[in-house]
Amino acid sequence: MSLPEAVFRPFRRSDAERSDRSAGDRLRHRQKVRQAIRENIADIVAEESIIGKARDKIVKVPLRGVKEYRFVYGDNAPGVAQGQGQTQVGEVVGKRSDRGVPAIPDRAGDRPGVDYYETDITLEELVDIMFEDLELPDLERRKLREVTAPRLTKRKGYRQVGIRVRLDKRRTSKARVRRRLATRRLASSALETRDRFPFHEEDLTYRHIAPEPKRESNAVVLCIMDTSGSMDTMKKYLARSFFFLLYQFLLTKYRNVEIVFIAHHTEAAEVTEEEFFSKGESGGTFISSGYQKALQIVAERYHPSLWNIYAFHCSDGDNFDSDNEAALKAARQLADVCNLFGYGEIKPMGSRYYESSMLQIFRRLDADNFQTVLIEKKEDIWPSFKALLAKDRAREG
Amino acid sequence: MGRSYDLRDLEYWDARIREKVEEFGLRCFPQEFEICDHHEMLAYMAYSGMPSHYPHWSYGKAYEKLKTLYDYGVRGLPYEMVINSNPTLAYLMRDNSLCLQILTIAHVYGHNDFFRNNFNFRTTRPEFTLSTFKAHADRVRAYMEDPSIGAQAVEAVLDAAHALALQCRRNLAVRKRTEEEIREDLRERSRPRTDPFRSIHKPPEFEEPDLRKVPPEPDEDLLLFLRDHNPYLAEWEKDLLTIVHEEAQYFIPQIETKIMNEGWATYWHKQILDSLELPQDLHLEYLVRHNQVVQPHPGGINPYHLGLAIWNDIRRRYDDPEFRREHGGRTGLEEMFATREADRDASFLRRHLTPELIRELDLFEYSPKGEDLVVSAVGNEEGWRQVKETLIRNVGMGTVPVIKVHDADFHGNRTLLLVHWHDGRDLLLEYAERTLEFVYRLWQREVVLETMIEGRRTHLIYNDRGFASRTLK
Repeated sequence: MSLPEAVFRPFRRSDAERSDRSAGDRLRHRQKVRQAIRENIADIVAEESIIGKARDKIVKVPLRGVKEYRFVYGDNAPGVAQGQGQTQVGEVVGKRSDRGVPAIPDRAGDRPGVDYYETDITLEELVDIMFEDLELPDLERRKLREVTAPRLTKRKGYRQVGIRVRLDKRRTSKARVRRRLATRRLASSALETRDRFPFHEEDLTYRHIAPEPKRESNAVVLCIMDTSGSMDTMKKYLARSFFFLLYQFLLTKYRNVEIVFIAHHTEAAEVTEEEFFSKGESGGTFISSGYQKALQIVAERYHPSLWNIYAFHCSDGDNFDSDNEAALKAARQLADVCNLFGYGEIKPMGSRYYESSMLQIFRRLDADNFQTVLIEKKEDIWPSFKALLAKDRAREG
Repeated sequence: MGRSYDLRDLEYWDARIREKVEEFGLRCFPQEFEICDHHEMLAYMAYSGMPSHYPHWSYGKAYEKLKTLYDYGVRGLPYEMVINSNPTLAYLMRDNSLCLQILTIAHVYGHNDFFRNNFNFRTTRPEFTLSTFKAHADRVRAYMEDPSIGAQAVEAVLDAAHALALQCRRNLAVRKRTEEEIREDLRERSRPRTDPFRSIHKPPEFEEPDLRKVPPEPDEDLLLFLRDHNPYLAEWEKDLLTIVHEEAQYFIPQIETKIMNEGWATYWHKQILDSLELPQDLHLEYLVRHNQVVQPHPGGINPYHLGLAIWNDIRRRYDDPEFRREHGGRTGLEEMFATREADRDASFLRRHLTPELIRELDLFEYSPKGEDLVVSAVGNEEGWRQVKETLIRNVGMGTVPVIKVHDADFHGNRTLLLVHWHDGRDLLLEYAERTLEFVYRLWQREVVLETMIEGRRTHLIYNDRGFASRTLK
């Protein structure tokens, strides 16, 4: 028996377009990913550097929530692989990794490690999920997510030249009618019999739009953090969430928002975001050093007449007693140059009863634009953030 | 790489390839090719190649993962995808060059022949493949659209069923006995045999078999057992378990013959293309492509490479007249054809992976040692046996732990007792815990899994209070 001729079915574009059959399953998977992200949001926000980043930045999220569980072997068993020749007993060929990332790619067998992969989401999505996580009322969220155009444009009258989309049809027609009426008075009867009265170039009226640079369009956020103690995931999460909200909010108000990270223990230094949130140094704390550094940076780079300055300091409030006066003095100076200066004391639940607090000391500072908040848990972030802005609005109004 | 060919070119080359296929003695199902673009190819891959398949988020996950790997260039797409059906269906990527299409078509006929002739596939009913998957899809969709069931409930059952799909009998060529037949056998075995010397022998003590035990002997088909012994499952739930079980049964032969099958298709595409007298430019591209496919993956196993190496070795050894005389007189080709019919990866490796080949391929065994993976055996006099044994254990269904239902009425309170047949490899605990939760979801009562953890017999328990583990004495 001979093999019948093979059937070839040619490619048809319409099939391809119709056959997005994975759409529903992808959507459902996506939902599960979102859920997994929500469950791990504290870890992600605490680990990823996101504060100064654009909204379309892709964030890598390690996925732990959408594994497909089965009975599988652990990694105590030997496997077989191919070498490049001359492999010797005792050679190290890889790392045993219980985090599930296969050290040896394509190991024989079907190890669960294959299930572990990173997914990409945009910052925008992460913000979305984060705001859900913080249980913002919808209304507020929309307000925060408003994005202003980088350059404001304003309508400024009408012109006779312009581009097609800005043609003002109503005004153009009126101009024509006006011209027609005007000509009728002058015209002879011969002219009047003509039933066509075409538009003339002079009738065309365009809306004129001129860019208007927004005044006060620059802002700088000074993030000052106490890195004396150990910043655990929760503290990092709380601080980062707060700074992140501040940054995102200011982005909606200003064209250009810069961000400065200052880490301090007994000395202060300007650092990167990664260092800012990962640094943990032992030793004492001089809060004044952080404020002095901030003042110095403002003096050097951000003149208050050109920049809107927002400073926010996160600390667990454990300062050397001898520094308190200096800290208060520096805080006062900082409040003078800032639009808004906030102090957030981060004390995850339970710890505040046996640690000292700067909140008492800062009671003596009464500047309109100074605000203190106590953050104990993630639910506190949003109310304290709102309180802070209320202060800001009050001052503006 | 422009597409410098049209359908007529494909038909021309297909005709020439088919001539060779018959000349070489391959016996294939009728073949159908579908030309598709990369979107479709990704979708086919995510849905195991099936034109119609029931929905589940895991396929969306597979799609996203494949697409990500593809978009970032971590992995290209396969040149081809073949599904075991009659007629055999294969997808060709539209954007591939003519040379790749020729190579692929030849490769597809290799798989086609393997599907048709290897004994593992006898049970897959290839005439019904497409309609079976279609019928499954229709039923699952109907349950999802049924307002009294809904997508969520269906998903929950599918999640659990998928977790257990491969916990089933492995050798499908052996018919499964019904519980009644097993009981009959037990009764038969317990009956005293007629003993011609019974006057001098002590009469054997009669041991009454426990015929009321469920299951009468350990049962490996977890899904079917749960379906048949949990009376509280709804009909649609039972049907979902049946569907997932049937689809797993269809795929097991492919899991069991990965190395053989890829090696076989590669061997034949090489034979065919070498004999086609391709024009020089096509021939050069073919050599490059072929070498990419069979490149060894240091630190891993490339089934194409390993499979081809063994098939070549069989042919070489049996074509040696002296060897042939000692080993039953078959020529290389005859031995190859007999092997492609009667083996699966495990037996294929056992019978044909020689110490010399292990050495030549530099296969080695690695074991965990502290935080590292360390080479524990290589293909020398002391080590090759160990390398081979370990490899055999890690192919096909050998990667799936053997777990059987031992008792559906453990402790007399309907607790389900599962026993893991421990062969030196511990279960991954995190996965065992979550999978037990799925068993519990389907059994709806306490579930106990007996296994060994670091050398100690342990019960992993899942009940309404959650997960617990207890080390036994």
